[in-house]
Amino acid sequence: MNDTEIKSRVVQIIQSVAPEVEPGELRSDRALRDQVDLDSMDWLRVIVTVHEKLHVDIPEADYGKLRTLDDWTAYLRPKLAAGA
Amino acid sequence: MIEFKLPSLGADMDEGKLLEWKVKPGEPVKRGQVVAVVDTSKAAVEVESWQEGTMHEQLVGIGTTVPVGTVLATLLEPGVTAEAAAPQPRPQPQAPPAAPTVVAPPAPPPPAIPAPAGERKAVSPAARVRARELGVDVDQVAGTGLRGAVTLEDVEKAVRAAKPPAVAAKPPTAASKPTADRTAEMRKAIGAAMGRSKREIPHYYLAETIPMERAAAWLARENGKRPVTERLLMGAVQLKAVALALAKTPELNGFWAEGAFRPSASVHAGVAISIRQGGLIAPCIHDVERKGIAEIMRDLADLVARARSGSLRSSEMSDPTITVTNLGETGVEAVYGVIYPPQVALVGFGRIEVRPWVDGEGGLRAMPLATATLSADHRVSDGIRGARFLAELRERLQHPEEL
Repeated sequence: MNDTEIKSRVVQIIQSVAPEVEPGELRSDRALRDQVDLDSMDWLRVIVTVHEKLHVDIPEADYGKLRTLDDWTAYLRPKLAAGA
Repeated sequence: MIEFKLPSLGADMDEGKLLEWKVKPGEPVKRGQVVAVVDTSKAAVEVESWQEGTMHEQLVGIGTTVPVGTVLATLLEPGVTAEAAAPQPRPQPQAPPAAPTVVAPPAPPPPAIPAPAGERKAVSPAARVRARELGVDVDQVAGTGLRGAVTLEDVEKAVRAAKPPAVAAKPPTAASKPTADRTAEMRKAIGAAMGRSKREIPHYYLAETIPMERAAAWLARENGKRPVTERLLMGAVQLKAVALALAKTPELNGFWAEGAFRPSASVHAGVAISIRQGGLIAPCIHDVERKGIAEIMRDLADLVARARSGSLRSSEMSDPTITVTNLGETGVEAVYGVIYPPQVALVGFGRIEVRPWVDGEGGLRAMPLATATLSADHRVSDGIRGARFLAELRERLQHPEEL
């Protein structure tokens, strides 16, 4: 999966939790929580959906590394490559 | 004969519109079973029956709006057959006939679900919302759903058929806003309930800073052991701590009804849940004091999902004995809530943040802290009792492994 694909999968997952999100309006380099209304329950649903759809388990200790969409892409890239 | 009534679904709901019958005449009804679905300004609510029996007469037609307390249907007592019950004239809504039980000539079997001829047809909530947005008369739309119910797709198909494609081409997006109507209705309902609260309840407010280091460390350890799908949130830990702390101050847990306080033996914690499109709903998790944190977490996840998809149960709306709000999620330091009548208290949690803290030995250190607040009803309790509750809550959160 290339970076564009990873990003679009992540955006899809975020949209499944927050349906009001317009993908075109999300900036990759800005904090997601500033752009999308995600409480801790929503965030957990994103993490669980990533586990279900992309088969990547994200430990709680890594939540802090996932601030922006660019962070997500960088974080998932090696894990998805290793799993493929 | 048992009367199945529209229950009160909270202070901000005094009427409901029947959307669907879940049980047909002649079918058995168990305790706790969902019998009907009723639309309110906040959500479609599944109304449960608290008595066992057999569905007999359905007195309110689908699409009819009736006030709380209206008899929606009659149920036969367990063991009583439709033949033993008197034949009834076509009943009028809100005026159920008296219930003859013993001497009765044989009656024909109860009618099947009445055909919607002449009545307003069944329309799914989503379809109604969309129809209103698009200015479609749902009565003119052919329904393809269950028992001829009009679905979202039917409404959109009708619009596409009626308009030139150029106009109808814009498909609905997931982000399409709910009708202004729905939001306005909810705003009105919240305003009415909160206005009543502020007029009738003499509120007092207390705040307490709670060290969250131990609870956070315990949660991190627990979650480290758990698979992704079973992770816990601090909200579940806080709910359990509130429920246990209430044991020492029962005057914060229960209802104010008819001029007197009625304490509740169990803690049915109403959880304030924001609706994505705006508005707020606070359905409850039952018996929190008896549940483990993992179970509370599962209930919480389920409740949030159903509150947001607009599908709650009547007992979740009518039973909360106290409300807990966690506005700290949005980043505020403390929340001073308005009590939701007929409850007598509300507990609020602010954000968890690392701040300077002076410990027992006078040492200064960085510590994750949260401000917990209590709004309580002076007709039932005084500040000193509220203070005791907050102190107990703080203590409970210092021993998360015992929660």
